[in-house]
Amino acid sequence: MNQIFSSLVAGLLFGAGLAVSGMTQADKVINFLDLADGWDPSLAFVMIGAIGVHLVLFRWILRRESPLFAERFGIPSRTDIDGRLIGGSALFGIGWALGGYCPGPGLVSAASGGASALAFVASLTAGMLLFHVVDEALKGRKAAAEATPAEAAEPTKVERRSELAGSRA
Amino acid sequence: MTEFTPVSAVAGGALIGLSASLMLLANGRIAGISGVYSGLLRPRAGDIGWRAAFVGGLVLAGVAFVVLQPDAIASSSSRSLLWTVIAGLFVGFGVRLGNGCTSGHGVCGLSRFSRRSLAATLTFMFTGMVTATLVQLLAGGAL
Repeated sequence: MNQIFSSLVAGLLFGAGLAVSGMTQADKVINFLDLADGWDPSLAFVMIGAIGVHLVLFRWILRRESPLFAERFGIPSRTDIDGRLIGGSALFGIGWALGGYCPGPGLVSAASGGASALAFVASLTAGMLLFHVVDEALKGRKAAAEATPAEAAEPTKVERRSELAGSRA
Repeated sequence: MTEFTPVSAVAGGALIGLSASLMLLANGRIAGISGVYSGLLRPRAGDIGWRAAFVGGLVLAGVAFVVLQPDAIASSSSRSLLWTVIAGLFVGFGVRLGNGCTSGHGVCGLSRFSRRSLAATLTFMFTGMVTATLVQLLAGGAL
């Protein structure tokens, strides 16, 4: 219950922050990314505000043994920079500039009922599902290629590893 | 053309930073919106409530602004519906492949000096700027 309530409050705060900062106006985001015509640097100041606060509080919070309502902190520990990270981020950047939405502002703007935001959230969801399908198919093929017939009956290790690799950033 | 609004940008950003800090303090979790949201698409038992609550909070905040200050939420953009749909597919696929978006990599990751998040943020900022600038130069900013 505490986890759910605190997540709701965090979602409200995040959504309010996006709306206050102007990031729920797709054209404002586009005018940050578009350097050729009347550059609007506001988005950089959103990052400065957000990182400025979180940078300080993050260190202070991690002095605790554990979070308030969970057993431990789930901080990503990976440091490798691979093709998936760069390729995925490159695709995201292209889509971000084509539509003017990243996932957060899309979800907040969907509340307006506007066709543009609703269309974005629908295709965002489709894109994520498409990734899950493609990723599963590739993993299945890789597992099949790596496994000799004797091991094929026991694909757990491979699956487990890819699951860990897929954990959040 | 949009106006440069540094004060509201920093103020809104600070709220985002507070939200990320609350998620971490309360639940030990990273407030990465693409990760939180996509977890709802393949639900696992015991892992749904907090995700739904966070996304619900985002949408509720949107509803509150639509009612109280409708100008804050644009209902349209300079992009056509077709290109917005194409954009969504790129964003959805890309953030899953790259394990995060502006919130997870940009805000949370950079705040803890993650190498991966720095690489991701530089990459999506770069391809985003190249794409938007090309759209402006080649198509006059309208898609």
